[in-house]
Amino acid sequence: MTGLADGPTQAQLDRIAWRRRQTVRSILVAALSTAVVGALLVVAITGAPGWDRVRQSFLDPSIAADALPDVLRGLWLNIRLLVFCAIGSLGLGLVIALLRTLRGPVFFPVRALAVSYTYTFRGLPLIIVIYVLTLGVPGLRLQGMPSVLVLGGAALVLTYSGYIAEVFRAGIESVHPSQIAAARSLGLTYRQAMRHVVLPQAVRRVAPPLLNDTVALQKDVGLVSLAGPIDAVRAAQISTAEHFNYTPYIVAGVLFVLLAIPLIAVTDWVTVRAARRQAGR
Amino acid sequence: MSAVLACTGVRKVFGSTVVLDGLDLTVAEHEVVALIGASGSGKSTLLRCVNLLEDLDDGMIHLDGEHITDPRINPDLVRRKIGIVFQAYNLFPHLSVLDNITLAPVRVHKRSRSDARQQALSLLKRIGLEEKADAYPDRLSGGQQQRVAIVRALVNSPRLLLLDEVTSALDPELVGEVLDLIRDLKRDGMTMVLATHEMTFARHVADRVCFLDAGRILEQGPPEQVLDNPVEARTQQFLRRLAPA
Ligand SMILES: Nc1ncnc2c1ncn2[C@@H]1O[C@H](COP(=O)(O)OP(=O)(O)O)[C@@H](O)[C@H]1O
Ligand SMILES: [Mg+2]
Repeated sequence: MTGLADGPTQAQLDRIAWRRRQTVRSILVAALSTAVVGALLVVAITGAPGWDRVRQSFLDPSIAADALPDVLRGLWLNIRLLVFCAIGSLGLGLVIALLRTLRGPVFFPVRALAVSYTYTFRGLPLIIVIYVLTLGVPGLRLQGMPSVLVLGGAALVLTYSGYIAEVFRAGIESVHPSQIAAARSLGLTYRQAMRHVVLPQAVRRVAPPLLNDTVALQKDVGLVSLAGPIDAVRAAQISTAEHFNYTPYIVAGVLFVLLAIPLIAVTDWVTVRAARRQAGR
Repeated sequence: MSAVLACTGVRKVFGSTVVLDGLDLTVAEHEVVALIGASGSGKSTLLRCVNLLEDLDDGMIHLDGEHITDPRINPDLVRRKIGIVFQAYNLFPHLSVLDNITLAPVRVHKRSRSDARQQALSLLKRIGLEEKADAYPDRLSGGQQQRVAIVRALVNSPRLLLLDEVTSALDPELVGEVLDLIRDLKRDGMTMVLATHEMTFARHVADRVCFLDAGRILEQGPPEQVLDNPVEARTQQFLRRLAPA
């Protein structure tokens, strides 16, 4: 019990000082190497023989300013589609995953349907689903046919919910059966056990991959422009053709990254938190 | 007084293994019965059958005279009258201690949250864990988790409490606190069936010890009789193997 009453011992003080020196040194090393690599890159690119041509056709500020309003209008469509399709495919994916867990012969057709759903829509290329829904379905000339935009969104929801259902299913199966036994033994019905015991644990475990799928969805929603609606990439393409200049693509690309940053940051944060929780909080 | 639990001719088969082979067991009100027997002799299986977590392959089980293995009966209603505690506690890791205890009262019995909370807090107080009410299970020691699991099984005011090796996963110095709780329950008159491979546990809490062998109860009686003066050769052999040489 020496040293505690009069603060840390000399050995501990030495350790703290040494660690502080180490931290300062590694920060300096990191800063220096970043500066060197950055400088080399700038010199290599701007010194390249074709740099002036590339700068003119990809990085023209006046064309960027000109294209920005149209690209932003397109981006607003991407954002609305993303929100709608993310909610839709999370909901539908969860329902399909739950249908696959139903036990008993009565539910055999339901299970079989859910299984073939995930096989079909994970196998089908998204572009084909979009074409079939936006070009084929209106051909039926049914009453009250929704707009091409809604049909395109539906195609995205159908495809993505196939993937998301599998993520949810993996989460549900990762919860140990003894948890269900404990819940059932308290008198909870199968449904209550799922709702209050299995699903909360499952969703927590698969939150990182689900968010990852949402980031992927954010890039895929633009594919509805194949059927006509103008998203950010399509707006950039139109603007590019008008100006004979690729700068609008760079504008759209930068906007997409800016849009993705918060989503990716949340994904990383949730992943780290989940990992820490696995390790015992 | 009629029996709380009556198992007659209970048979349970897993694949080609006959685990329970026409087992009979009757438990009277306020009685504490200890099931002993080699590992794999079917103690856990019997408890799971009584709680309807497993289907029988033959025989019947009655709870308070009601035939609970009748396929037309709603197993959820039966389970609400029986509490079970597992070796691995099986607390819900995503819920606080308090929410673990109030889940069934709120969701199953539709009691109000504040009402259920009051009951849970008074139960926690009784086991000296009320300051852990808002902690998550992984912050508790094994003995504390197991006591919470027992309290959780008690919120439904069960007619019968099943305990499956509740002290086996615990460090020796934590066994005592769980044993004290079980003795308290016995004093309150709780009817209990417990599976154990610790003979001191059986000796200290059980009114009757049943030795399971080959899917049946081979020998039963008061602890001092079965544990100290067993009649059957198989029982003697089992106890000799357990006893430190
Ligand atoms: N779900 C199951 N599927 C197949 N075999 C099982 C299952 N549960 C238990 N058994 C088998 O039943 C026998 C009895 O197990 P158990 O009741 O756990 O014994 P005890 O609790 O007395 O150690 C063992 O041989 C075990 O392997
Ligand atoms: Mg066992």
